[in-house]
Parts: sequence; structure tokens; C-alpha cells
Amino acid sequence: MSDTQTPRASAHIVDESAEGVPSFEASGGDWSDIAEEAARLGEERIVVNMGPQHPSTHGVLRLMLEIDGESVTEARCGIGYLHTGIEKNMEYRTWTQGPTFCTRMDYLAPFFQETAFSLGVEKLLGVTEDVPERATVIRVMLMELNRVASHLVAIATGGNELGATTIMTTGFTAREEILRIFELITGLRMNHAYVRPGGVAQDIPPGALDTVRETLPKVRDYLGQLGDLMLANPIFKGRMVDVGHLSLAGCMALGITGPVLRSAGLPYDVRKAAPYCGYETYDFDVPTSTEADSYSRVVLRLEECYQSLRIVEQTVERLQAMGAGPVMVADKKIAWPAQLAIGADGMGNSLDHIKQIMGTSMEALIHHFKLVTEGFRVPAGQVFQSVEHPRGELGVHLVSDGGTRPYRAHFRDPSFNNLQAVSLMCEGGQVADVVVSVAALDPVLGGVDR
Amino acid sequence: MSDKPQDQPKDDVLAPTEETTKAQAGAPREAKDASAAAKAGSAPVGTDAATTPQKTSEAALEAGSQNLPAGLGERTQLDVVDVRSGMFGVQGSGDTSGYGGLVRTVAMPGASERPYGGWFDEVVDILAEVLAESGSSFDAAVEQVVVDRDELTLYVRREHVVPVCQALRDDQDLRFELGLGVSGVHFPHDEGRELHAVYQLVSVTHSRRLRLEVAVSEADPHIPSTTGVYPGHDWHERETWDFFGIIFDGHPGLARIQMPDDWPGHPQRKDYPLGGIPVEYKGASIPPPDERRSYN
Repeated sequence: MSDTQTPRASAHIVDESAEGVPSFEASGGDWSDIAEEAARLGEERIVVNMGPQHPSTHGVLRLMLEIDGESVTEARCGIGYLHTGIEKNMEYRTWTQGPTFCTRMDYLAPFFQETAFSLGVEKLLGVTEDVPERATVIRVMLMELNRVASHLVAIATGGNELGATTIMTTGFTAREEILRIFELITGLRMNHAYVRPGGVAQDIPPGALDTVRETLPKVRDYLGQLGDLMLANPIFKGRMVDVGHLSLAGCMALGITGPVLRSAGLPYDVRKAAPYCGYETYDFDVPTSTEADSYSRVVLRLEECYQSLRIVEQTVERLQAMGAGPVMVADKKIAWPAQLAIGADGMGNSLDHIKQIMGTSMEALIHHFKLVTEGFRVPAGQVFQSVEHPRGELGVHLVSDGGTRPYRAHFRDPSFNNLQAVSLMCEGGQVADVVVSVAALDPVLGGVDR
Repeated sequence: MSDKPQDQPKDDVLAPTEETTKAQAGAPREAKDASAAAKAGSAPVGTDAATTPQKTSEAALEAGSQNLPAGLGERTQLDVVDVRSGMFGVQGSGDTSGYGGLVRTVAMPGASERPYGGWFDEVVDILAEVLAESGSSFDAAVEQVVVDRDELTLYVRREHVVPVCQALRDDQDLRFELGLGVSGVHFPHDEGRELHAVYQLVSVTHSRRLRLEVAVSEADPHIPSTTGVYPGHDWHERETWDFFGIIFDGHPGLARIQMPDDWPGHPQRKDYPLGGIPVEYKGASIPPPDERRSYN
């Protein structure tokens, strides 16, 4: 009968055997008072709740640590504090509205969710080959810029958590340069919903390529500053080297991907292993290390930033060379009916298009109305599309029932998977190393909880 | 006592296989009709429609065929998961559009026939060999092989999912060493196979990826846990339990992961409402998303 029993929630980390043991509530009080009280009672084993509101937990991650003196004997993660049901919500919107939702999952790397989702929908529709080259190159450019921005936040907050404020300010200043490009191209600094099934929402504005060209040296300069600040710094190395070790076997067992896996020596990168968006035509390297510690992950993230900038340079050249062109599939049954334009009251449908549908063509009006309210139908079936996210492999599992909305959209977020490694990386170490280890995993809780 | 729920899904699991063999014997049309009629009869089409299942199935078939991608691989049988009627979500006298009479079958891509193409045949052959060596057999473990949109899906019977994973991970010619996780799908009208667990596996060594799919019924939603083979599936299985209520037997601690521990129900199931309130905008009241007009 045991297999029919409804499983219960796991026991609290402090189980029945701990009943009668004094507990201390620390909320805004002085830790030394608690430590004194614990010492007076002769308690060595303390369970500490770190988070969910703690600056060093990258959002709302709750870490349950059982500590013995300064050593961590058990570490558990509690997640779900940022669960907003994005996947469920997507089942009630059209395929075109999907990017608006999934862009909010991992808010530091919005273009990756948008692109992965759009690639998945295109695969379901069977129009992967029809997506204009220009749209694909724009996607690659934005994704690689986004990778740099995301890694900069990872490095910046990681430094801040060690008390190195300059690392944080430098990192965020550099990220700001990239966000300016995003704002110029998509109109928003984050949550862009710019990459859409079939292409991108609109072409890049005039002068955008020049802005990218001007920005790249600045970002490179900031990356140099960060490298100078961190990589030979004895305090930084003292905190980072050999901390948060996770071997290759551990990574593979737990399904860890991204910089953490590559720091263990396996050059697994979806851009090389299962190329999408034409990544096989770009010239870039996948940096690896065999140290498998937090320090090597910082080095790898910096290296990846330089590689991404290399790709961005190539995309800028290509965009310049190919000139203006379509950025959405030609099939008007899928493509949004109008290009957008700036009007007196902000951005909206272009005036020419409004004139056409309201003044001259009844069919165009019907078509516009049907496509915008109803959406397009996607043949039934399922696909799984992976992209290389800054934190690892992001997989989108899309199921269509032949309707105008996703039947199921599941995002295999790398942060969600990678957080499983916290116990393995932290147990047996010092309390202070927990912060470093978690920062090396670089979880973004918007993506973890979705 | 405990045998009964075990027997029930086995029968359900066998049913589509019989259809498959019939279809392969050269009567695909009949098999299609049979499955569509079976689904149409049981689907909530409405009282008058239920009296003429024959007519419904024909209409359903015709309507359903257009939802399938043409030229994306040969199929002998459609995997009908649902039959829907009407449009805009309006039922009864409120519908004056005439769309209420629409009937649409929802059919997933059905089993593929050899050759599957590319490395798919090789992987299936090696898996069959490895399973035979271990005393099991490919036909016992895998219900059907589906190749769709250049992706390989193996529909595995639940009692075989762990040995299949083990074989896929450990054999040197397969080496699907990276388990990307588990996702769930809920087909409330696919009787006896309402809940699907979908596993994505990657072979870094051979640069290949495939999908395993396990279907169970809502009444007996048990699947053996794959955490013994892929420890990284730990949280993914917890998530699938949390959202779909699939119980992964043998999981080290199958607790809810996203929802609070005392949450009732499983939010990603189709019968679980999205929720929301009407919002007023410029004098008009906009209903919550799950109550808006639906074209499905």
C-alpha cells in the first residue's frame, strides 16, 4: 500500500529528534547575543535560516544551514518565493504574446528566453528556414550583448557580497552601457518582448550599429578594469580559490551546465554542441578550466564576455554588410500585420498601415483583427529547443494542440537545475563560503521560480 | 487490493498497441476511425452529438487532419488526445455564430515507421540490443517511437523507465549522460493516459538528444523515480509532482517545490483554474484571461 500513499511535504530541517531543543529567534537582533545564549546553554548545533530576504542570496532564495560552530554540516535550498505561474499564464495567451511572459523569467537574461521560445515555435510551425537572416543576426547580437550584461551582474554582485563595492559599481556601470543599446533597439532596458516567433518585432533603428561599435571598447575597458581589480587580488583569491568545488562527475550527475560545468573541464556549450541561430558560422572559443572552484568560474565568465564581444563584432559587420531587409517571416499568416512606428502618442501601428486597413482594404482590416485577437494556429506536436544561456542550458519544451495558444510551455531554467548543487558545494565548508559558492552558481530567482 | 490499480492502466496501455499493429497490417484508415470514434464518444461533446458518434468521428477526422503538419514524416496512426466542439468558449443558446457546431480532433503525431532517419535507427537498435541483454525487450519497454520535426521521442511504459534510462546512460554507444529534467503535460481527455512525464536526455559524447515520454492515468499517477540514474532530476520530479500530481515512486523526498507545502491541488493541470479578477479599463470590464474568448 505504500506506493498509493500520498506523499507528504518533507519534514522541517529540524526534525522530531530535535524537539525540546531551545530555539533562538533572530530578527534584527544582535547575533552576538544569540551566540552568547547558545554558548551558555552549551549548544553547538545551530540551524540558521539565511534569506529569503538576504542581499547575498540573489533575490528570494532561502538557504537553510545547519552549522556546527563555523562549519556547515547541512545546507538546503528553499525556493518558490518568486513563483508567479508564468508557464500557466502562457497557456492562456497567443503564441505571439508568449515572449512578453517568458522574458520575465530570468530577468537578467531576457533575450535568451524570448529567443528559445521563438525558435521553438518556429520549429513547431516548420518555418525555421524562412526566418530572415537579418532577424537571426539581430537575435545573436542581442543575446551575446545580453550574455555580457548578465555575466557583469554575476561578477558585480559576487564582488559586492564579499564587500568589494568597487567591483559592483564597475560591473553595473559597464552593464549600463549595454542596457543603453537594448533601450535604443527595443525601447526597454529589460523585459523586451522584442524577439517574436518568426523574427523580431521591428528592425534596429538607424545609428544603432554605430552605437554598438562605440560601446564595445567601453565595455572592454570596464572588463579590463574588473580583471585588474579581481584576478590577482590576494583577498579576492583568498575568498575564492578552492571554494565551492564541484567536480566534473558531480556536475554531470546533477545536470549542471554553463560556466560551472566548463570550470570542471568539459567544453559543453549548446552553441557548439547543437548550434542554433547560425552559431556554427561565427568564430568564437569556449573557454574552460579544470580548477572547478569559484575563482575559475569568475575567470571563465570574464573570458566568455570577451568571446561574446567577438561575436557581437561579427554580427555588427554582417548587419552592416547585408543592409536593410525584412526582419519577420514573409508569411502574412504568421507575421504581425504592421511594422511599428513612433506616433504623436508614442509607439504604435504605423500610420500608413492604419490608413490602409481603415480606408482602403476591408480584407486587410479583417486579417489584422483576426491575427491580433485570435493569433495563428500552430500544428499539433511537441518540440524541445535549447539555447546556451549565461547560466547554462536553457531548454524550452513546447506542446501545441493545433490551437492558437501553447498547450504547454515548460522552461528548463539553468538556475533552477544548478541550485541543486548548493548542498554539494557548501556542506563541510565554512559559513562564509556559502555566500561565495552560491554567487559562483549565479542563480537568478526569477528564472528558478518562474 | 493493491493489485487493482496496477491492472487498470496496463489495459489502457495495451490498447493503442493493438491499434498500432492493426494499422501496420494495412488498415490505417480503420484504425484512425476506431480511435477517433472511441474518443469522440467519450468526450464531452454534448448530448445530441453523443447519439451519433459515427457522424462525429467523420467530421472530427476531417477537421483534425488539417491540424497536422503535412510532409513532416510518415505516420500510420494519429494519437488522438482530445475532441473539441464549438468556438469562442460559448456553450448553449448564447452562441449565435454557428461556430458551435464545429468539431475538432486534437491529435498528436503518431508512431513513425522505419527508417527513422539519421542516427535515430542506430540508437533504437542499440537500445533494443541492450534491453534484450538485460532480460527485457524493446517491445515490452517502448510503446512507440515517434520521429517528429527531427526529434526522436520514445514512449516508454512506466515500469521500464528506469532500466531504459540506465541503458541510455551507461551503454558506450548511447551515453545519454546528461539528464536535462522532467516536464509534465496534462491531457484530461486522453483517457487512461491523462498525465505525461517528458524526459529530455542529452548525449554530450555523441552530440545527440532524445526525449522519453511516460503516460499514466490520473487515477494511478505513479512513475518510478529516475533520480537513481540522473540525480539532477531530483528537483524536476518534485516540480512535476507539485504542478501535475505525478508521484515519482522512490524519490528521496517528493515534496512540493514551488507551491507552499500545504497547497491544495496541482496548478498546471488543465482543470485547475488560472484565476484572476475582471479589470476595468476606460469604462469597460475586461474578464480574467481564462474567461476570455477562446479560439481553441
